[in-house]
Amino acid sequence: MRDMQTAEAGFQARIDEGVKIEPKDAMPDAYRQTLVRQISQHAHSEIVGQLPEGNWIGRAPTLQRKAILLAKVQDEAGHGLYLYGAAETLGVSREALIEDLLAGKAKYSSIFNYPTLTWADIGAIGWLVDGAAIMNQIPLCRCSYGPYARAMVRICKEESFHQRQGFDLLLALARGSAAQRAMAQDALNRWWWPSLMMFGPPDEQSPHTAQSAAWKIKLVTNDGLRQKFVDQTVPQAEFLGLQVPDPALRWNEARGHYDFGPIAWEEFYQVIRGNGPCNRDRMNARRRAHADGAWVREAAQAHAAKQRARPGAAA
Amino acid sequence: MSGNDLPAPQESAPAPVDDWPLWEVFIRSQHGLAHKHVGSLHAADAAMALANARDVYTRRNEGVSLWVVPSAQITASSPDDKEPLFEPAKDKIFRHPGFYKVPPEVKNL
Repeated sequence: MRDMQTAEAGFQARIDEGVKIEPKDAMPDAYRQTLVRQISQHAHSEIVGQLPEGNWIGRAPTLQRKAILLAKVQDEAGHGLYLYGAAETLGVSREALIEDLLAGKAKYSSIFNYPTLTWADIGAIGWLVDGAAIMNQIPLCRCSYGPYARAMVRICKEESFHQRQGFDLLLALARGSAAQRAMAQDALNRWWWPSLMMFGPPDEQSPHTAQSAAWKIKLVTNDGLRQKFVDQTVPQAEFLGLQVPDPALRWNEARGHYDFGPIAWEEFYQVIRGNGPCNRDRMNARRRAHADGAWVREAAQAHAAKQRARPGAAA
Repeated sequence: MSGNDLPAPQESAPAPVDDWPLWEVFIRSQHGLAHKHVGSLHAADAAMALANARDVYTRRNEGVSLWVVPSAQITASSPDDKEPLFEPAKDKIFRHPGFYKVPPEVKNL
């Protein structure tokens, strides 16, 4: 027991020194488990996050917007794969992670349980949802676990395109007809609050924050990130000529930040518990895609086995 | 710090039989540079690993050449061997040119 405590103190000392932890290094079980949970939830979010946007690929208004949206959704798949890869270095198998998702045992970001009703929602997702994700992810590029930090560096480089194409899409609508401006405003009305919820519950209700902060796998608090997001995004909404749907929103000169109204956390917990507008649709779509792809996975494996069995095949 | 009393490091979990094997991906970012490790992926065979590596890791002109290597084929040094492997080089500072004081009068050395 004493030895274990010494070892854990030594582990913490390495993290405090800024040494990156790599897959084969010794690490406390709780550190490993927390990372597996965090990284796999993040991976699942990228994969499920393809669904609301995929909904509009066939209905994009121009060929260029369609090509952009396709590229963005393909990036989300790539981000999911980088992250599954990082989680696997901790000793879990890809199959087990995916089974947990399909069985409804794993969580993913609750924002993807909201529907994309109009084309403007695609803009709102890029601008707000990816914008919030970037804010969350940039500090993680410095996190203590090497493979996670390296995956985040790649992801952050690509997310910036996602946010800008969303803003660009909304800017086109904001400069368009009255109906297009109304569509953009409606999208902001529906996505604003769920985007603020993406940063997670208030700090005093966030159960894992202190330990994760000590381990440097959470570098900024939920409330700190949320405030930063509001401060950055409100002037962008003003540029678009859109109204942020919060009557309590105002600049606080003394704090140097925007004050904003209370968040409806009951809605957040309802969506997490599976009662959001699209939870069931999302899981059904994932399960169907996985089942429909089974023959492809089996065929590829049978082909590989046949190639290996051929006389003269490389050992 | 040795960290020897922490739970033993795990190798990759044994893959279920029907899981595609894991491959490590290396990219040469431009001509004249070495291939560098960028991550890993699953694929049924080498051709698929190469195709997937192209889709997953080179969507933005990241490279001019790809290598894929079955992860099981890589032999890695153990973190526990770090001291015996790498410490001996540390005190041999005479291997670096800065160790030698060259008189200012001597040029081109």
